[in-house]
Amino acid sequence: MSEIPHVEVAGLTITVGGHAIVSDVSFDVPRGQVLALIGESGSGKSTTALAMMGYCRYGARITGGTLRLGETQIEQLGDAALAALRGRRVAYIAQSAASAFNPARTIMDQVIEPALIHKLMTASQARAKAIDLFTALALPSPETIGARYPHQVSGGQLQRLMAAMALITDPELVILDEPTTALDVTTQIDVLKTFKTVLAKAQATAIYVSHDLAVVAQMADHIVVLHQGRVCEQGPAAALLADPGHAYTKSLLAAKHPAVPCEPIAAEDVPVLDVSGVYAGYGRMTAGSHAHPVLSDVSFSLARGGTLGIIGESGSGKSTLARVIAGLLPRSHGWVKLNGKELPLGLDGRTPEQFRSIQMVFQNADTALNPAHSVATILARPLAFYHGLRGARARARIEELLSLIRLPREMADQPVRSLSGGQKQRVNLARALAAEPQVLLCDEVTSALDTVVGAAIIDLIEDLRRQLGIATVFISHDIGAVQGFCEDVLVLYGGQGVELAGSASFSGPVHHPYTQILRASRPTMHAGWLESTKTPRPTGLVPKPDARDGLCRFLARCPVAIPDVCNRLPPRQNTIPGQKWLCHHDHDALAAHAIFPGD
Amino acid sequence: MIRALPWSGRIGLGLVVFWLAVALVGPWLAPHGVGDFVDMDVFSGLSARFPLGSDYLGRDVFSRLLYGARYTVLLGLGAALLASLMGTSLALFSAVNGGWIDEVVSRAMDTLTSIPSKVLALVLVAAFDSTLGLLLVICAITYAPGSFRIARALAMNLLQLDFVTAARARGEGKFYIALGEVLPNMVGPLLADLGLRCVFVVLLLSGLSFLGLGVQPPYADLGSLVRENISGLSDGAPAILAPALAIASLTVGANLLIDAIRTGGDR
Repeated sequence: MSEIPHVEVAGLTITVGGHAIVSDVSFDVPRGQVLALIGESGSGKSTTALAMMGYCRYGARITGGTLRLGETQIEQLGDAALAALRGRRVAYIAQSAASAFNPARTIMDQVIEPALIHKLMTASQARAKAIDLFTALALPSPETIGARYPHQVSGGQLQRLMAAMALITDPELVILDEPTTALDVTTQIDVLKTFKTVLAKAQATAIYVSHDLAVVAQMADHIVVLHQGRVCEQGPAAALLADPGHAYTKSLLAAKHPAVPCEPIAAEDVPVLDVSGVYAGYGRMTAGSHAHPVLSDVSFSLARGGTLGIIGESGSGKSTLARVIAGLLPRSHGWVKLNGKELPLGLDGRTPEQFRSIQMVFQNADTALNPAHSVATILARPLAFYHGLRGARARARIEELLSLIRLPREMADQPVRSLSGGQKQRVNLARALAAEPQVLLCDEVTSALDTVVGAAIIDLIEDLRRQLGIATVFISHDIGAVQGFCEDVLVLYGGQGVELAGSASFSGPVHHPYTQILRASRPTMHAGWLESTKTPRPTGLVPKPDARDGLCRFLARCPVAIPDVCNRLPPRQNTIPGQKWLCHHDHDALAAHAIFPGD
Repeated sequence: MIRALPWSGRIGLGLVVFWLAVALVGPWLAPHGVGDFVDMDVFSGLSARFPLGSDYLGRDVFSRLLYGARYTVLLGLGAALLASLMGTSLALFSAVNGGWIDEVVSRAMDTLTSIPSKVLALVLVAAFDSTLGLLLVICAITYAPGSFRIARALAMNLLQLDFVTAARARGEGKFYIALGEVLPNMVGPLLADLGLRCVFVVLLLSGLSFLGLGVQPPYADLGSLVRENISGLSDGAPAILAPALAIASLTVGANLLIDAIRTGGDR
């Protein structure tokens, strides 16, 4: 390249208390291009990106290297010069827009704030520019959305509004720190599209921080792979993804394709878990239904040693379903049977044996393990509680469990807070296994973990299922994780089970429209996927506001809704061998309607 | 155990042990009786016969200090411990049960807060006469609602966390959830609260003594010793400095120890 790169980082080293968390990182970005920093948590990717604003977290310090943006050496700037740089020439889009907005001020006030602070334009000019940006970011009603407060818009919209805040000053460099990680796949695709268009239009250079290779494949021109604060490998995106050189990059890519074949264990007549016509919700009960109903008429059954994947976006009722099975939330209708015997509605009245048989692994191991306890204390409790094991026998069993989850036995006496995220999740799993359950409810157990660690946990669950014959309900928002190893997949939308399919049918082309959108929204590794994927347009049919009479929940978003049918009649249950779905379209119609070309 | 403490914690431990020892054996070590007028002079300086001088009536300050430590240390630590114990157990009980039980206990505690502590003490002392046990109960009752508030707020937050939900899903009873899951996470803030409450009890006790409701003459707790010798302040008499230093070293020692235990538990 003959041209001088717009951004150049050389030998960047950042230390915390004498310990280098980023060491000798170098890269450059030509003007108007997107560079991706990828790696797992703790790899120093956010720290590196924030250093481009001359900012380090409390206690950290840039101790070596140079950071150049255009003509400016960022590491030499004083506080005043940095304040003039931040938000003006370098803008930052954070991971969680929900916590980055001030809930007490309107969105417009906050979006135009950078422009006013840097005295670039008057308030009315800034507002006009913000509305232009809202339009460019494909936000609904761009003229009026600014008058709302942050809690009045959705997560995906808030993330785009944050982009508007960053872009209002026409920055030279935009830092995007995991901007879509907290979003559902169906929302992520829209946000990614608008980000890409807007960045191209603004001709800004961008640094995109992410742990998701597939997202990076869509967004980036160059990729830098970071591992433990060092650069493993860097190069043009397409070449690097097609032919990774470094072993670590290969493991990241491999973790993206979990390929665990599922082997059903000999089926029995009575399913171990049978859920039928379950309704549940929150709030006050009136006339037999909740003020805020969540689940309606959800059914599935699970054989001994079977696996069921439950997928759906946030708010679809996945976790609620797990809580209903565990008894934490009493159901209002329907039944949950364990080995053919009906379980009491809530926790009250369950026998110790029923408690033992159903174990739940919580999503967030950081909060699911008592920080005041040691690993041994946590594992000893279910042993003593369910099996009456104490003393040396309990100790032996704890060591057995630790080897089962592949942790060293010396770890038993460590306090939980000294463990890493992946280790905590293993202990979390071991606690459930200590009860020797028949059914294991795994609620998003990998979503808080890095790809590589998450894949290892899934492998572990699969191994244990085969060894111990535990039936597993695996809840996830990631269709790929579920598809890899579940025999059956239940797709939830708005608390309804819109599709229930065996793994063979689920990998086939015919699906409920929502499942199709979910499947198509999952980024692939191919560059250009984002551009080639069309976002389906809803038909514009919406249920009448008072119609709580069982109409299809997906109606408002459905691209293939049938006028005068879908908005008047409750959806029909279609059943073919190995697949059930809730839609007015039958198998042939869905096959013909293919919303997306099969992937 | 002691080795794990930082140096500040060891100093605190030393001071607390010292004062506990003084409280237990002090009266036997005292060279003079607590109410004996032994010096012709008042507010005399340090001497071999009166190691800490004499007070405003010519009594031996050293002996009075040895007697007085008993009231302050035992009443101060004892009442603070009792108040924390009562407050924390009621808080756990009401937080874990929730619903109307929580409502009743909380409102009862609010009622207790609304009764002026000095007036309550006045009534109780008038009815039952001023004894060590009664003072202990009065101080404990006065400070239990504050401890209850803090403990309940802590417990309410902890009860929302996933590890408590996990315990409930395991079928655990309320007793285990309160003591096994919630309490271990409250220890740090509760100990800090205990240290603070200790100091409050000493202050309340001095106030009661001032009104003639507390420790009855000729006995005096450390707070009263300071107050009764207040006129010696302008002379810089040891009679006022000695008990003041005693209170300071006791409260600083207790708080150093508590802080050391707390940070030791957090890391």
